[in-house]
Amino acid sequence: MQNNVNITNTNQKYRQDFAIIAGWVGFGSKVLDLGCGDGELLVYLRDSLEVKGYGVEKDDANWLACLQNGTNVIQMDLEDGLSGFEDQSFDTVILSQTLQAMHKTEEIVQEMLRVGREIIVTFPNFGYWRNRLQIISGNMPVSKTLPYQWYDTPNVHLCTINDFDQFCKNHKISILERKVITDGDEMSFMPNLLGNLAMYRLKSN
Amino acid sequence: MAENNSIGIVAPQTAHFSEPFTLKSGEVLPQFELVYETYGTLNAAKSNAVLVCHALSGNHHVAGKNAEGDKYAGWWDNLVGPGKPLDTNKFFVIGVNNLGGCHGSSGPSSINPDSKKPYGASFPIVTVEDWVNSQARLLDLLGIQQLAAIIGGSLGGMQALQWTIAYPERIKHALVIASAPNLTAQNMAFNEVARQAIITDPEFYDGDYYAHNTVPRRGLRIARMLGHITYLSDDAMGEKFGRKLKDTIKYSFDVEFEMESYLRYQGDKFAGEFDANTYLRMTRALDYYDPALEYGGDLSKALNKVQAKFLVVSFTSDWRFSPDRSREIVKALLDNERTVSYAEVTALHGHDAFLMPDAHYHSILCNYLQKIDTSTL
Repeated sequence: MQNNVNITNTNQKYRQDFAIIAGWVGFGSKVLDLGCGDGELLVYLRDSLEVKGYGVEKDDANWLACLQNGTNVIQMDLEDGLSGFEDQSFDTVILSQTLQAMHKTEEIVQEMLRVGREIIVTFPNFGYWRNRLQIISGNMPVSKTLPYQWYDTPNVHLCTINDFDQFCKNHKISILERKVITDGDEMSFMPNLLGNLAMYRLKSN
Repeated sequence: MAENNSIGIVAPQTAHFSEPFTLKSGEVLPQFELVYETYGTLNAAKSNAVLVCHALSGNHHVAGKNAEGDKYAGWWDNLVGPGKPLDTNKFFVIGVNNLGGCHGSSGPSSINPDSKKPYGASFPIVTVEDWVNSQARLLDLLGIQQLAAIIGGSLGGMQALQWTIAYPERIKHALVIASAPNLTAQNMAFNEVARQAIITDPEFYDGDYYAHNTVPRRGLRIARMLGHITYLSDDAMGEKFGRKLKDTIKYSFDVEFEMESYLRYQGDKFAGEFDANTYLRMTRALDYYDPALEYGGDLSKALNKVQAKFLVVSFTSDWRFSPDRSREIVKALLDNERTVSYAEVTALHGHDAFLMPDAHYHSILCNYLQKIDTSTL
């Protein structure tokens, strides 16, 4: 599972979403990053917070990049669930910009809540005004955040912030914190319209 | 990783141990010998040693050739050598023939110094634990306190795992490949059929066939043929042989299909060079290994004291040591918050894949081994 969104300017070393996640993860805590890509987030959390991190990654090339980064990485498919991980065995389980590409959306969120005391879920907000504008003009949105054509996108479960709020309510998931960012800036005014990336800190009710 | 990066000519060495050695079964070997080979140079700190553990039919001859005219190089020559994943410019690599083997270490076919005759059936049943303890003695002899890494596939992976349990402070890294924390009933069943083929061969003579100047060729041949079927996947056999005929159909029980030709060739070759008593013992060692047994079946408890960092690798088409079994090891390590990475390599070749130079697989081993710091213990 590859992270298919890069929300920040690639010239910037600093990533606002990483910084927010770091703010939600305790120093020295135990973290599981699902769909960890090349392990960049785990390296960041290790270097800044001395977390004990493990990544889960399906793709061979990304898996190897994790190994080269010195990240613990388990090769498996998130669609199969998290059966190799004990209940409540991690302080935080992270699913960063991967939710929208999952087929078994409810299952993975439930599995995260089983394994982690808290979970962090981030996803591109489909309700972002630029996406809406493209829909109104008659096309599926294609942008830096959603860089795929309708026929080749891995994103099968795109949602808006309103949708995800409702999802949490329906599934009895507590929203501990929510932050919405656009090009690195936090959006507190009309987030479902103006926010590009949605970030949630959650736990079971 | 070119094939010409060979170790070259290597000479096996023999270590003699005269202190009594108590086996897991309770039996005592008053003395024993282990034959081994080394590749590369042990550094001054003695901190760059890697032990390669062999599987069922392997031996100490891991890489290079023993003589110029040798047709084949060692059994894991694609892994070990200068510039290869297990780089002998960096590591001091040790290959050892396990106790009970038939390639020079004390075993059923070697001469019992007391009786001056082959041990035969009197050679005790040895276990994975016994192998690891005997290998520890070899390391003591070589002055190696700690291994930079231990690596093994299949039964070799079980030894690597056992090392981290029995001698946690002596292993920095463990590479456990295409292995399992114990055998399933189905897996043991194949071993039982193999053993029955040997034991019921009229030439077996209760294991003392040496005295009768014969060997149970038929049994060993069938055992090996069976083994080969289980080391390959259905797809690999399909790709390699399919239903290809040797010639035209003859309506006979001679070789009709290419697959039969392959199995017979492998069986004959093996029966001509391997000892049946050793084969029996190797399969039994596989059956008995179960480190979780004394912890009520809880592998996580069994691995509670391991200190090594782990790389666990499995192959998608391996049904004899399936990825599920490797995941059990990974889970037990995760439960103990150990450092572990796990790769599930997409491969066609079934269990045999662990010996093949697949580019991604070797890239994994290469990257992992490169990162190991060998400068200090």
